[in-house]
Amino acid sequence: MSEPTIQVSAVTKRYGEQVAVRDVDLDLAPGECVAMVGHNGAGKSSLIKLMLGLTTPSEGTVRLLGGDPASAAASHIRRQVGFLPENVAFHPNMTGRETLDFYARLKGVATRGNDALFERVGLEPAAIKRRVGTYSKGMRQRLALAQALLGGPKVLFLDEPTTGLDPALRQSFYEIIGNLRDAGTTVLLCSHALTELEGQADRVVVMNRGRKVAEGTLATLRSLAQLPTRIRLTLPAGDIDELARRVGEGAALTRLAGGVVELACANDDKVGLVRRVACALDMKQDLPVTDIEIVQPSLDEMYAHFLRREAAE
Amino acid sequence: MNTLLIIASKEVRDGLRNRWVVATTLLMAALALTLSFLGAAPTGSVGVGPVEITIVSLSSLTIFLLPLIALLLSFDAVVGEIDRGTMTLLLSYPVARWQVLLGKFLGHAAIIAFATVLGYGAAGVALSMGDAEIGAESWKAFAAMIGSSVLLGAAFTALGYLASTIVRDRGTAAGIAVAVWLAFVLLYDMGLLGLLVADGGKNVNADVVNWLLLANPADTYRLFNLTGFKNVSLFAGTAGLAAQAQFSAPVLLGVLAAWVVAPLALAAALFSRKQI
Repeated sequence: MSEPTIQVSAVTKRYGEQVAVRDVDLDLAPGECVAMVGHNGAGKSSLIKLMLGLTTPSEGTVRLLGGDPASAAASHIRRQVGFLPENVAFHPNMTGRETLDFYARLKGVATRGNDALFERVGLEPAAIKRRVGTYSKGMRQRLALAQALLGGPKVLFLDEPTTGLDPALRQSFYEIIGNLRDAGTTVLLCSHALTELEGQADRVVVMNRGRKVAEGTLATLRSLAQLPTRIRLTLPAGDIDELARRVGEGAALTRLAGGVVELACANDDKVGLVRRVACALDMKQDLPVTDIEIVQPSLDEMYAHFLRREAAE
Repeated sequence: MNTLLIIASKEVRDGLRNRWVVATTLLMAALALTLSFLGAAPTGSVGVGPVEITIVSLSSLTIFLLPLIALLLSFDAVVGEIDRGTMTLLLSYPVARWQVLLGKFLGHAAIIAFATVLGYGAAGVALSMGDAEIGAESWKAFAAMIGSSVLLGAAFTALGYLASTIVRDRGTAAGIAVAVWLAFVLLYDMGLLGLLVADGGKNVNADVVNWLLLANPADTYRLFNLTGFKNVSLFAGTAGLAAQAQFSAPVLLGVLAAWVVAPLALAAALFSRKQI
């Protein structure tokens, strides 16, 4: 296990009376993509600001690439960090190229590589010459990603990076992030578009009201949440009561539209349930199942579950 | 050092793009030219050159106008960037906070300097093309007026930065900027006059008044320009005051420079502690 690039230990951040982050511990390793999910005001952006050294923790310590990000000597650390802020804003009077040149100079990166960066994020040469004030949300977001990628960062903070992006662009966006992660960059993603994080994040951190509610891989979170897995059978004209009797207990049965029947069972039982359904089909040929689909609990549902649990406590 | 230049030049380019530079320069030039043409009319019999007349009228105008321009340019500098969200991104770059503040200030001060030198310089050119013979001493006074105007502008820009750093809201920053202008440019002198009248010369002597004038950058500027050169003070009717003034020109310039440095240093100290 290599040295973590980000270490957050027992960090609390208060703004006056209001507590934005409560006692959070978090370690991120190189080459890891971690997704942080939570409501607006769950403390995601506050945590990122702490990691960037824009604010200082009220309690606890934050280490970024081995140093204190808020210290005066943090300049060399920030040279290796990329940041895409939520609701990114640029100076509207500057063109796309001028903007990226400005940030490249601040970071001490040669502006020669900027054309390649524009191409990588998919900003057209015609758009680069225009003022940022005329940009659409998607174009601004691409420019924001381009500046975050300047100088090949070792740590990348992305706060709601895909808002305002069309699906095609979203895909190429995650492709870029996947490549960076494979090259050893630590990526911290914040989002509430949970479904699109599936398959992207190595680890998910669920935040609520400043607290870390749950953490783990999607599979771990799934078994922690113990949400039912659902099996959907399409039975255009079948005898549903017959099916229910044969499949037996341990499965709740719901009728959905279009002749679809949904069987919900515990995640550990799903293989057994499929087997029982198959047996039922074998024994009685007049149960015409035309389709079968296994639906895992989505990140959305798990997220909602953890919030409910938190509220119940 | 390089970082300062990058940020300052970005600020200058912004000023060029949103027409601040053009508008300010044209305004300064128009006013300066008008005053120098008006000033050229009544010369001869009074025994004062047109340059001296222009200096008196122009510096009096500068005291009102330049602080206002400087404050308008600067009150939004910090709080506006925080509000729009550009500051968060900027501070995530390898820049120190004092570099951000000083870099932006240098950019804004450069805009003021450019507009003043070009605008008032145009008046100088117009004067030199007139018939009247203009001595080297007059030109020296004129150059000193331009230089001290730049310093005055920088001082109020620094005050604007301080206002912009203290508050969390753009509206409040604008309010403070207007209050600073009113207080230093209009109310301070009235208050001082009121104090002198009420006191009747018992406690407040010339010494105290001199020191009180230094406590206001606009008055320091006035003292420098109206009492610093003999011909000018004769015409301005401040010869008597000039005889009383105990401060030399370098001291007055030093005080003006302190009015630049002190608010800026305070703003930098506050900004480095600010939670964005």
